Amino acid sequence: MEALLSNLETLLLVVFAACALVGAVLVLVLREPMRVAMALISTMVFLGGVYGLLGVHFIAAFQVLIYVGAVMVFIVYVIMLLDPRDSAVKRRFSALLVPGVIACGLFIVALGGLVWDDAGRVPRAAGGAGFTLAQFSSQFLNEYWLEFELTSVLLLAAIVAAIAVIQVSRRHHG
Amino acid sequence: MDKVQMLIGLSIALFAIGLTGVIIRRNVLVMLMCMELMLNGVILSLVTFAYQLGSAVGAVLVFLIFVVATAEIAIAIPIVLLLVRHKRTLDLDAYADLKG
Repeated sequence: MEALLSNLETLLLVVFAACALVGAVLVLVLREPMRVAMALISTMVFLGGVYGLLGVHFIAAFQVLIYVGAVMVFIVYVIMLLDPRDSAVKRRFSALLVPGVIACGLFIVALGGLVWDDAGRVPRAAGGAGFTLAQFSSQFLNEYWLEFELTSVLLLAAIVAAIAVIQVSRRHHG
Repeated sequence: MDKVQMLIGLSIALFAIGLTGVIIRRNVLVMLMCMELMLNGVILSLVTFAYQLGSAVGAVLVFLIFVVATAEIAIAIPIVLLLVRHKRTLDLDAYADLKG
């Protein structure tokens, strides 16, 4: 039963990873921005499933809440605001199509070969992988408090920048 | 093939596909979504390494990336809207005069 469950987990992991990859390829090739957004949302949800299977449930939850719930909803709203008869929708690819695809293939082959060769060279953690949420939280707020505070500065800068962008557009259009 | 190896391979593929999308797509919004795909590839690799090493450091970095990604999109979307109002199109070729 134990072996069956672990096999099922591995199978689910492979299925989720494959679905995420298919979604990513669809992001690359689909024409309509709304369909691209839907493909990206499916990729993110499947990645959330992968994180859940790896045992980091809180990151899975944040992946769905922040990425799908906030970022992608924002993008979908903007797609609805814009004109669907745009010329960028009719012509999908720019002039860099062939060199871009070749560079992507070379990138995957180079890095993938590196991963393939280095199998098992990185030591696995003793006593099984994984960490608890309590461990994560105490480490986050004890050792990385400076980074945590710096993100609040970043968010403040983002708010100021958003207001500045709105001011620019007001000045342009009276 | 190891589980970790497969996930790192997936993260490489996601990053490469996102990068290709930024290079070859014409629509500015789709390029923005491809950037999100690249960020997702990086997050997947961080989570996988955190899982492999049993350390929470990768998860801390993932949280910081979530914040940065949200701030990035909150700035990028108004800029795209502003560009579209200015040029009346999402087509990247229309923005060629932004070149220095």
